[in-house]
Amino acid sequence: MKIHEYQAKELMKARGINVPLGQVAKTAAEAVAAVRPLIEASGNNVVVVKSQIHAGGRGKGRFKEYPDLGGVTVVLDGLKGGIKAAEAKVDELAKKMLGATLVTIQTGDEGKQVNRLYIEQGIDIARELYMSIVLDRSTGRNILMASTEGGMDIEEVAEHTPEKILRETIDPAIGLAGFQANRMARGLGLEGNALKNGVKFMTALSQLATDLDTDLIEINPMVVTKQGDVMALDGKMSFDGNAMYRHKDIAAMRDESEENTAELEAAQFGLNFIKLDGTIGCLVNGAGLAMATMDTIKHVGGEPANFLDVGGGASTENVTAAFKIITKDPNVKGIFVNIFGGIMRCDVIANGVVEAVKQVGLKVPLVVRLEGTNSQLGKQIISESGLNVVPADSLKDGAEKIVELVK
Amino acid sequence: MSILVNKDTKLIIQGMGNFGRFHIDKSIAYGTNVVGAVHPSRAGETETFEGETDHSGVPGRPDSYSVTLPIYATVQEAVQETGANASVIFVPPPFAADAIMEAAEADIPLIVTITEGIPINDMVRVKRYMQGKSSRLVGPNCPGVITPHECRIGIMPGYIHQAGKIGVVSKSGTLTYEAVFQLTQNGLGQTTAVGIGGDPVNGTNFIDVLELFNNDPATQGVIMIGEIGGNAEEEAAAWIKANMKKPVAGFIAGTTAPKGKRMGHAGAIISGGKGTAEDKIAALNDAGVVVAPTPTDMGDAMMQAMKKAGLA
Repeated sequence: MKIHEYQAKELMKARGINVPLGQVAKTAAEAVAAVRPLIEASGNNVVVVKSQIHAGGRGKGRFKEYPDLGGVTVVLDGLKGGIKAAEAKVDELAKKMLGATLVTIQTGDEGKQVNRLYIEQGIDIARELYMSIVLDRSTGRNILMASTEGGMDIEEVAEHTPEKILRETIDPAIGLAGFQANRMARGLGLEGNALKNGVKFMTALSQLATDLDTDLIEINPMVVTKQGDVMALDGKMSFDGNAMYRHKDIAAMRDESEENTAELEAAQFGLNFIKLDGTIGCLVNGAGLAMATMDTIKHVGGEPANFLDVGGGASTENVTAAFKIITKDPNVKGIFVNIFGGIMRCDVIANGVVEAVKQVGLKVPLVVRLEGTNSQLGKQIISESGLNVVPADSLKDGAEKIVELVK
Repeated sequence: MSILVNKDTKLIIQGMGNFGRFHIDKSIAYGTNVVGAVHPSRAGETETFEGETDHSGVPGRPDSYSVTLPIYATVQEAVQETGANASVIFVPPPFAADAIMEAAEADIPLIVTITEGIPINDMVRVKRYMQGKSSRLVGPNCPGVITPHECRIGIMPGYIHQAGKIGVVSKSGTLTYEAVFQLTQNGLGQTTAVGIGGDPVNGTNFIDVLELFNNDPATQGVIMIGEIGGNAEEEAAAWIKANMKKPVAGFIAGTTAPKGKRMGHAGAIISGGKGTAEDKIAALNDAGVVVAPTPTDMGDAMMQAMKKAGLA
């Protein structure tokens, strides 16, 4: 589960991790109102207007409606014109940005609508660093990663100058040990106050990762100010969805407007659904088989419209919902139901499909492959329903048939 | 022969909810020797399972069964009273990590965790806790382990299995069933099928199981089913190249998976350009593994690998 930058910063601030002063705004008026208190409190006449969307690359991103406007814009007007000038500029920017569509390298060409802005104090930056906490699967532990190349894409750093990435493995029984934080701070070239502040920053950040069940924290850049403060200038955080039952406050930060509506709807029925760009809708049981079904469709010349795992314990009602979600996609020109019934009984799937077709109709070709538990019964239910269904003997056979039918 | 489980396995169950009870009943019907259950609030009670025998399981049994399981307060007590050497865990996600640690503390040799949705941090702690302990954990988020006609631990449909010569190891439940079914149909059969699960932090990994199969005289070939995310498949490929004495076939799911999206399993995600199906398939090819282009070809790929090795 992802959250916005401003929410990540709230969580960090609450745990003594240094972040710039800032204020979230959902309207231009709120954005303007944020400027004076920020400038008065920070003593810096520079403010920054930052689009809040669940995607990275916002600084270099541009708005569809305003091709010259960046998703993160520094407002320097206050330097000469004072607070009034800064407010006027923020007003102008906020009116453009709110409701506009920001396209970054991570949003895809369609971009994302900006509904919230974060107005933040300007910072006198001495150095930009990179820091993140991710799971290292080979050790089964979180690692703290850092690099002197702040602001850069970490994947590029890893590819071209891997020696610039520092790593410390976090022992879950101990947390990040003092000597580890120290070693990393020195490795980043921090000295004096900055060293002390850096150690404090890393220690608190590691603790936050454990306490709040993050699955990713990325601070890029983490900055050292001219005064020797260490600060999170940006903050990207996502959380382990399976742990949200014990973090109701974080679960409440979820911004559903950032998520695909079909995927949200599917989640309500316990379905794992991911929208794709192709023309063949898939309804499958099991995540591995659902992936492999997409792969096979592609292998025989088609394009899957979605990933959909109905799970092992789906009821007729869930299957009906799944079928409806698939048929709602206007790109879908055919549907492939692929079931290997282990726990999932084929007759349940068959009833779900028949019920769904009764409710929403069937305007595209449908291929059904039923194997495993109660497959004969399932096949019988489908054939007796009188529906125009093409049966298939195997995954590959079904994929070939549906690809042929949508041609 | 087989690996991990056989007719001498004595199984207890942790997690007597509807799901757990449904499947322990299936295991008993298959002929698995289930000896007890752990459920603190029902300690001292018993529960009887009865029904029609699943004749695809252990041979030579009557057509019906009735088994009464004693229920214990702790795993320790269950082990002491029954001599259990395996536990299957169906405990719900918030309490599953604790259940695994309790079983490990009781030194149960094999712990099979079916539960899906355990928080990653819990598994990080469990893995740390199990260091230096003698127990082996399989899973979580897996279909379990089965040795055909001897012992079924987990949630797989028993009847698709047939005793034979192939070891099966997989991250995915339904893809394991596909592979097993094809191996039953083409006559190769299985020694043992092991689901290691689709979570990013798990107990037993591919290499552990490959090594067990490599050392099992009955296993003549192995099929390994992986998916996008992490680099366990690449590590396994390197291990196969260096150590494997037996033919290996493989399949990797997720060639069409978009980057940065979690494909159902918590671990199935391409992040930072790493963990793609292409990289994994290339690594397996390099190790001499016969990789099936689609799941429908898994049985054929295994047959091909066996023929190449002169074993079929």
